[in-house]
Amino acid sequence: MGASRTKVVVIDPRGVLIGYAVKKSGTDFTATAAACLDASLEMAGVNRKDIVRAVSTGYGRANVAFVTEATKTEIGCLAKGCHHYFKGAITIIDIGGQDNKIIKLGAAGNRSSFKMNRKCAAGTGAFLEEMSQRLDIPLEEMNDLARKSENMIKLGSYCTVFSATEVLESIRNGKPVSDIVKGIFYSVIKRVLEMDSLTDRVVMTGGVVANNPYIVQMTEEMIGRRVLLPELPQLAGAVGAALYALEGNESVEEES
Amino acid sequence: MTEEKKIARRKIQATVRMNELMSDYFYDLNEAAKSSNRKVAWCTSVGPAELLRALGFAVHFPENHAAMLGATRTSTDLIPEANAIGYSPDICSYLTADIGAYLKGFTPLAKAYPGIESVPRPDVLVYNTNQCRDVQDWFAWYSKELDVPIIGVTSPKNVNEVTGAHIDDVARQIEALIPTLEEISGNKLDMERLKEVVSLSRDCTELWKKVLETATVSPAPLTFFDATIHMGPAVVLRGTREAVEYYKLLLAELEQRIAEGVGAVDGESVRIYWEGMPVWGRLRQHSELFSGFHATVIASTYCSSWIFPAFDGDDPIRSMAKAYLELFIVRSDDYKGGYIMEMLKKFNIDGIIYHDAKTCPYNSNNRYGLPQRIEAETGIPSLVISGDLNDLRCISDEQTKTNIEAFIEQLEEGK
Repeated sequence: MGASRTKVVVIDPRGVLIGYAVKKSGTDFTATAAACLDASLEMAGVNRKDIVRAVSTGYGRANVAFVTEATKTEIGCLAKGCHHYFKGAITIIDIGGQDNKIIKLGAAGNRSSFKMNRKCAAGTGAFLEEMSQRLDIPLEEMNDLARKSENMIKLGSYCTVFSATEVLESIRNGKPVSDIVKGIFYSVIKRVLEMDSLTDRVVMTGGVVANNPYIVQMTEEMIGRRVLLPELPQLAGAVGAALYALEGNESVEEES
Repeated sequence: MTEEKKIARRKIQATVRMNELMSDYFYDLNEAAKSSNRKVAWCTSVGPAELLRALGFAVHFPENHAAMLGATRTSTDLIPEANAIGYSPDICSYLTADIGAYLKGFTPLAKAYPGIESVPRPDVLVYNTNQCRDVQDWFAWYSKELDVPIIGVTSPKNVNEVTGAHIDDVARQIEALIPTLEEISGNKLDMERLKEVVSLSRDCTELWKKVLETATVSPAPLTFFDATIHMGPAVVLRGTREAVEYYKLLLAELEQRIAEGVGAVDGESVRIYWEGMPVWGRLRQHSELFSGFHATVIASTYCSSWIFPAFDGDDPIRSMAKAYLELFIVRSDDYKGGYIMEMLKKFNIDGIIYHDAKTCPYNSNNRYGLPQRIEAETGIPSLVISGDLNDLRCISDEQTKTNIEAFIEQLEEGK
């Protein structure tokens, strides 16, 4: 249950993903969670009564008590979800709607450290949303626009409000929108990279990454190496929560 | 991890006595301010309080008052008053809250202690910049506003090893304060009395140290959050017999808990060290947040900063100088790193939380790579949380909660 989007993942007892759904979290978290749950169950071809165990995570983790018995932080779930796809030591960069995280895992998947962005929107999905409004272009068009840029603008500030005035200045100066959008992407990545150092293998997750593959490509250019992506980067945290549910259910499984 | 539950946090019985003591202290200050024969000195928290007491001053500590503004969650409404007259929201929120309170004619003392209407008016303002530059700027404002003399000690900073040269410097500065203070107080300094006061400060310090070190035992009989409250007498009554007697009482109670195997929090599973200022307006919430996850914050630099092993009644002025110079906040990062690592070992710590206080760079020791150096050397995980001591505008409770919860998960999974 993210601040921006709600994701539900259904896995079978072997840990295989069989259903999922993503919706805007909106203002009624409980209703959104229920709608996502039903959509993902339908995709999986099962009913609510078939749920053996559920774990909730994210900003609204306490709002889905109707179905879950336990909660885990999104940091724990991202670690679990990414370790499922990529064994060994990794650094996870998660760019979400409300905040960013850099999480480092040791060889066994154990968390060794994590950092969240400071209390400001710089480098988050919220910053992209703000900018899409400023530029009057839909969020989903930003990725293709950025790709077309030939001469990206540079945003200097790490304050979202100051960045917005810098964007306005570029508009006033008649810069192409594609150059402005790429500059915005660049700013997002810079804000995230300055949060912590990276280890060798880097995994990226989160809605911003899932919806803007060009951000991944730009990150690869900036850090000089390939970035690993889970199959559905926006669902990595939800997958982790489901895996925690499966883990917590081991005793039940043994009985059956 | 399930949502935190209400876990019993045991009340300390001695609190009743402490409240009486604090009440007596504030009424006495109030009386002194109203009488014509006793003088009031305002003093920074590790300023020359021993000297002031020996000269018969009633001593008010504005930092203590500012912490009360924080703890009563009134500070955030007061800070903007000071911001509006030119004191930036980026500087010390003790300063801005306290000056804001003055500008608005507000004090939490009035509510807590019926009959007290305002902070005691000073006859002299005495600072020591060992804390930071802000204390001097803070007192300077009052000096102008109230037309009261301001004097103090300009401390060396970033001290690695405290040397004889440092001590000579500060001791001479303390001595230089004496004629002015004698004149204002109307009393001649009695060296025997100063020796007695310094000895009492020493006794207080030793007992306070023992109190904090009870938390080396597992389960810890007191938490950091308890200690931030119970340090009151060590801060405002240093150099008095009452403070010494109080810590004997508190220590006995904590030792009794140890004997009975009773912890401050039920089911202590992880032991955390707090580096930096408390968030005064969130003491209870933070205490409940940790205890809900069976985590205990058991030790801190902040509370331990009121331990002054150097005080020596036989050499009062030089030992005062040494004590004020050995203070953690005025030391180099090299010293600080060594100090913290020793604390981690002594208290058997699983993880360390650095509070990056927006308006207090001097108490935010995460800003020059120290957490990374300590983690590399000890392997003990660390977390930085963004917040502030008094300005709740700088705080995101949700972010703090997620960070702390994830950190405790990490520590538990690593066990």
